[in-house]
Amino acid sequence: MSADYVLQTSNLVKEFKGFTAVDGVDLNVERGSIHALIGPNGAGKTTIFNLLTKFLIPTRGTIHYNGRDITRVRPAAIARLGVVRSFQISAVFPQLSVLENVRVALQQKEGISFCFWRSERVLERLDARALELLDAVGLAEFARVRTVDLSYGRKRALEIATTLALDPELMLLDEPTQGMGHEDVDRVADLIKKVSRDRTILMVEHNLHVVSKLADRITVLQRGAVLTEGGYDEVSADPRVMEAYLGTSVDDGEPETSLKLEVPA
Amino acid sequence: MRINKLYLSLLVLALLAPLVLYPVFLMKVLCYGLFACAFNLVLGYGGLLSLGHAAFLGTGAYTTGYLATRVGLTPELAILAGTAAAAALGALFGKLSVKRGGIYFGMITLALAQLVFFFYLQAPFTGGEDGMQGIPRGELFGLLSLEDNLTLYYFVLAVFLLGFWVIHRTVHSPFGQVMKAIRENEARAMSLGYNTDDFKWLLFTLSAAVAGLAGSTKALVFQLASLNDAHWQMSGEVVLMTLLGGVGTILGPLAGAGVIVTIQNQLSGGELGNYIHMIMGAIFVICVLAFRSGIVGEIQKLAGRGFSRQGR
Ligand SMILES: Nc1ncnc2c1ncn2[C@@H]1O[C@H](COP(=O)(O)OP(=O)(O)O)[C@@H](O)[C@H]1O
Ligand SMILES: [Mg+2]
Repeated sequence: MSADYVLQTSNLVKEFKGFTAVDGVDLNVERGSIHALIGPNGAGKTTIFNLLTKFLIPTRGTIHYNGRDITRVRPAAIARLGVVRSFQISAVFPQLSVLENVRVALQQKEGISFCFWRSERVLERLDARALELLDAVGLAEFARVRTVDLSYGRKRALEIATTLALDPELMLLDEPTQGMGHEDVDRVADLIKKVSRDRTILMVEHNLHVVSKLADRITVLQRGAVLTEGGYDEVSADPRVMEAYLGTSVDDGEPETSLKLEVPA
Repeated sequence: MRINKLYLSLLVLALLAPLVLYPVFLMKVLCYGLFACAFNLVLGYGGLLSLGHAAFLGTGAYTTGYLATRVGLTPELAILAGTAAAAALGALFGKLSVKRGGIYFGMITLALAQLVFFFYLQAPFTGGEDGMQGIPRGELFGLLSLEDNLTLYYFVLAVFLLGFWVIHRTVHSPFGQVMKAIRENEARAMSLGYNTDDFKWLLFTLSAAVAGLAGSTKALVFQLASLNDAHWQMSGEVVLMTLLGGVGTILGPLAGAGVIVTIQNQLSGGELGNYIHMIMGAIFVICVLAFRSGIVGEIQKLAGRGFSRQGR
């Protein structure tokens, strides 16, 4: 059974001082698939990512990765096991160059990271691979730029390149296209499709156009619990899903998201 | 290449300086400069504000003093042992403190350093309030007498360069790259598979070792190891030197130490001697309010991201 699933959670619960952000979630992510996690703001998507990558400790429930219980493993160890995440709020190293951002990820597998007595020039052997990764996200020409000077969309692209540098078996992307212009969204979507060939991807995504294009399976979350799960057609036809979205965007008083506009007929 | 020219001219200056300036003053600047450089390693490159670095300076000084006086070790061995003792203490402090961020880290290092201070106050071999006096400068490798101030100066300069090189190399090593990443975004570094606490621990231990090296050398220069070296005020002074010179710049702490030692020397004999702490306090306030990036930081800004961009 667990041979088919890279990742399984069982009755996953996270409470913050009496408030239940994640409420008994059973998630089964099939190997080699692109699995989307959607739901209104505050549904608990980011919290689930934090639980999966051990930035938070679950109140209850278990997480299995490749059949192994990883509920109590530490964040850095999770990454070395092959689960690497991106962050909803763009996570780059602003004062490092764009190339160095990717290289510091590549460096992790080299086993030289504690060598304080060696010159950083030994890292230059990773430059070619880093450039390749930057090229894949369209950033090769910015390799020497200080990262803080990149536009927001390019920072997100850099984050994906950095995540890919670890060649993760399971890649967790938290709203990878958020805040991007149309062109960038399409490019990142294509990139995700491309890199999904040899790995599994679990992504939080608000842009339903992207979800419809990429996701093999969709889990809809509402108030910390799974509302429904299925293929895109199945989920988008479910009246409860639209209700969940419309309900909160009115509550939050937030501007209309791309979501409502882009639901295909 | 500009940076190498800068280092080269500074080296020439350092070699010629004792022709003009009093060697003991210069050695004091070098010892405190090295101490501040070590401190800057954890603050500037690890983002950790240690409030207990005097413990390492003091441990270096007392260990070297004891071994040179009672055991009769040659100066280079006594210094080596002092450095090792400080490194060991740093490794222990680091284990207990780096897991905590921000103010808690500062508090734990301060509390641990106070424990060390009281140990040196009570321990039978330290001379209590009087300190350990008359530490012999000895003969380098048992051959070259260091009694002469000028000879000792060049030895101290060599020790300083060694310590400075260790710090420079650490900053510009694969390890240094990871440290910069951790300073910039710790959560991201963690999600890339780095156990960030382990890296901070190593950085802290290296810093303690170099601080110990500074303390050991200082004990030979002044032939004295005293409670001042391990006092919390010393931990504060090194913060001041580093801020004044420029946090996270590779030469800033040396510049800051130079300024502070000069002021102390100028004031201590004269009429203003009683106001020395007030004046230091005023400098501290001005520096924090007006010159955030310190002497070297401001110069770098003027020079337009000039010579030590890589020294970030
Ligand atoms: N560290 C925390 N402490 C308290 N509440 C939190 C914390 N993190 C998230 N929450 C709450 O949990 C809920 C889910 O948040 P989140 O997972 O970020 O939602 P999503 O990513 O689906 O928009 C929100 O109501 C949020 O306020
Ligand atoms: Mg979120």
